[in-house]
Parts: sequence; structure tokens; C-alpha cells
Amino acid sequence: MSYIDLLRESWPRLLQGLVITLELTVISLIVATCLGLLFGLLSISKNKFLRGIAGFYISIFRGTPMIVQAMFIYFGITGATGINMSAYTAGLITLALNAGAYISEIFRGGIQSVNPGQMEAARSLGLSYSMSMIRVILPQAIRMMTPALINQYIITLKDTSIISVIGVRELTQSGKLIIASNFRSAEIWFTVGLMYYITVYILSKAGRLIERRMSYVQSKNK
Amino acid sequence: MYKVKISNLVKSFGTGNVLNGINLNIKEGEVVCIIGPSGSGKSTLLRCINALEVASGGTIIVDDYEITNPQVDINRVRRNIGMVFQQFNLFPHMTALKNITLAPRALKLLNKEEAEERAFSLLKRVGLESKAHSYPHMLSGGQQQRVAIARALAMNPDVMLFDEPTSALDPEMVGEVLGVMKSLADEGMTMVLVSHEMGFAREAADRVIFLDDGVIVEENEANELFANPQNERTKNFLNMIL
Repeated sequence: MSYIDLLRESWPRLLQGLVITLELTVISLIVATCLGLLFGLLSISKNKFLRGIAGFYISIFRGTPMIVQAMFIYFGITGATGINMSAYTAGLITLALNAGAYISEIFRGGIQSVNPGQMEAARSLGLSYSMSMIRVILPQAIRMMTPALINQYIITLKDTSIISVIGVRELTQSGKLIIASNFRSAEIWFTVGLMYYITVYILSKAGRLIERRMSYVQSKNK
Repeated sequence: MYKVKISNLVKSFGTGNVLNGINLNIKEGEVVCIIGPSGSGKSTLLRCINALEVASGGTIIVDDYEITNPQVDINRVRRNIGMVFQQFNLFPHMTALKNITLAPRALKLLNKEEAEERAFSLLKRVGLESKAHSYPHMLSGGQQQRVAIARALAMNPDVMLFDEPTSALDPEMVGEVLGVMKSLADEGMTMVLVSHEMGFAREAADRVIFLDDGVIVEENEANELFANPQNERTKNFLNMIL
């Protein structure tokens, strides 16, 4: 069977896998970005307890491999509590919590890189802390964070492949299953790799575009 | 009758006291200029007045609000106290107009039309009507500082604090900023400024305060203080800067 015929035969399953990969990426990153904002803010809080919570969460998810996190959430938690959770759900939770920890650090860094004078100026006008954060600090922080954030999004997109270990049929798992039936591992892994590469390429180009769009004022201001 | 009443103000950072029992009353419409060597606590004193620095002891009353009382709604009091910073601190992601309309709009004191109308009249007043839609990085230092003054005025404050407003400016831009400040003083704004602009102090300040080591060493009407300092430390300091 030629490579073209092989592709024609396995394409529907690979495409299905890619769709699941993209779903996992998009949903988990939306959740992770919210978690990142929340824990990023907690980690710069004046309250020791809140900072402690953020520090604990971040250190756990940065300090353990994601493959272990996925196993623990899918087999460990379901086994220990009897809660019924699909592999897909467990995978989403793992990805969101893992990326959320890294994104928290990106938010913390972004917020701390904004000149403290900005917060003082906003507060001295009578704006509350949260209003100053939303209207003055975060818009500037997010602009500075964009490269790091896009980088994390790309990493998470590729990390969805780790979720294959709990049996979620995303792109990598689809590739494995196809190879199990036809043993054409060189061609299939090459194709799977190419599909990841193209997706990442598109995402990073989009990231560049967003970065350029947003950098209209920061450029000369330093 | 007093706009600002400071009694026995103490501020310490870690081990040392930066302010060591400051007593200072400022009348409505008075312009007070604080001078002193670097590290004398002048900026700290100014920043205590709008609670950017939290006092370690003593009381500060602005507009009948005791801002040193933790119960007081600090955001409410700060609306009445405008502040201008050495580094301008304009919001770089907003145009001059947006910088000025942000607070009145966000605090729902004015609607969009009213806020912009006020912003334009303030920009006109500081001579920057044509820069309404410019971003801060497109403006010179002097222009940025004038926008910053307009931004503070947009809240209709009745006290204005200036923290070395001309120290970060190129010499040729100092005049335009001092001009705006002078006109504010002439209109009866209560002003407290940390500044070494002796010319401005002579022309506009009702009182000059010499601060050293966290205490008020000497205070007097500007010409009198500069011409005839009583305290040895004041003399030394004035010799160095005049």
C-alpha cells in the first residue's frame, strides 16, 4: 500500500484525533487562563494565607510530571472516591490544572513587571484595588505577557499527547491505534508529527500577529 | 478652615523613623512647598497625605476625613486629593483623553459626554487640546506632566499634591509645567508640593517648610526663609542648592 493510499485509509481517524486534540487544547486553555489569572492574583496578594494557597497549587503542578498527574486524577481519584469520570474529563482537568499553574506564574510576572507607579496613580485617583487592576494594570500586564502566554499555549497543545496514556483518543492515541492494526509506524508517526507541527505553526503565527497588534504603545515607552 | 491637619505624624520603615512627629496644618487655598535634603522624608510626608504610605503613628485629617483611621473609606477620600508624580505615571495604553476620563467614568461620577467635555476643557487649560488623542509615548515630558495634572484635576480635587513634578523634566520643559501650577495656585487651589524650584516657591508658595531627618526644622514665608534662614541646617542646605 502506498503512502497516499495509507493516508487515504487512516485520514478519517487521524482527523478525528486532531479534532479531539484541538477540543482538549481550547477548553483546557480557557479554564487554565482563568485559573492562571485567579492564582496569579492570589500569589501577589498581601494576605499570607492566600499567597500560601497559590504557592501550594503552583508547586504541586510544576513539581510533578503531567503523566503522573493524569494517572492520579483518572485512576487514583476515581478509584479512591468512586466518582465516575470519563478519561476525556480527567484529561481536561489534568491539562487545565497543569497549564493553570504555569499561567499563574506568567500572570504574576506580567503584573509585577508593570511599573508600581501605575497602581499608585490609579489608586490616587480614587479607584479601588480591583478597579485599578482591571482598568490599568492587567491591560499592560497582558501585553507584556503575550509572548510567554502563546508559548505556554503551544506547550499545552503538544502536552495533550500525554493524555493518550489514559486512553483518550486524541491525535497521538489515534496514531497508536492505527499502527496497532497496520504496523506502518514510520509513515503514521511522521504524519502525526506533521499534523502537530502544522497546528503549532498556525498557532504561533497567530500569536505573532496578536503580539504585533497589541504592541502599539509599549514600544517607545521604556 | 484647615484643609489638611497633620498631628504628630510618625512613619517608620523597618528599623528607622523616616518621619518623626510632624505637625502641620494647611489652610484652604494655601500653597505649601516642602524642601529638604534627599532622604529627609519629604516625599514620604506627601505620600502619607493621601495614604499611599500608611502612617505608623499620629493623625492626618483631610477634608474632615481622618485618613489615618483604618475605618475610613480611603477610595472616597482620595477622590478629593489630586496627586502628580515625578515620573508622570500616565497610563501608557490610553490616550491623553482616556487618561483623564478614566476615573470620573469608572467611578460613575460623569457619563461619557460629560467626562469628555470636562477632559477637553482641562486639556485646553493646560494647553494641550490638540493632543487629546495622543498616547503618552507620543508626548514630551512636559506635555505628559501637564496631562497628568489635567488627569488629577478631572476628579475636582480640593487639595493637590505634587511630588517633585519637574525633577524628571528636561530644563526647557520645566517652565510650562510650573506655569500650569502657578495658575492653579492663583485660582486658590490648596497645594502641597515637594520641589526645589525656588523661583516657584518665591512666586507662588505661601509657606516653605524645611524638613530634615523627619522633622520640620524651620518654616517661613518663602522670601523670608531663603533670605534669612534661622537654623544652621537650613542655612547649610540653602547654601548647597542656591
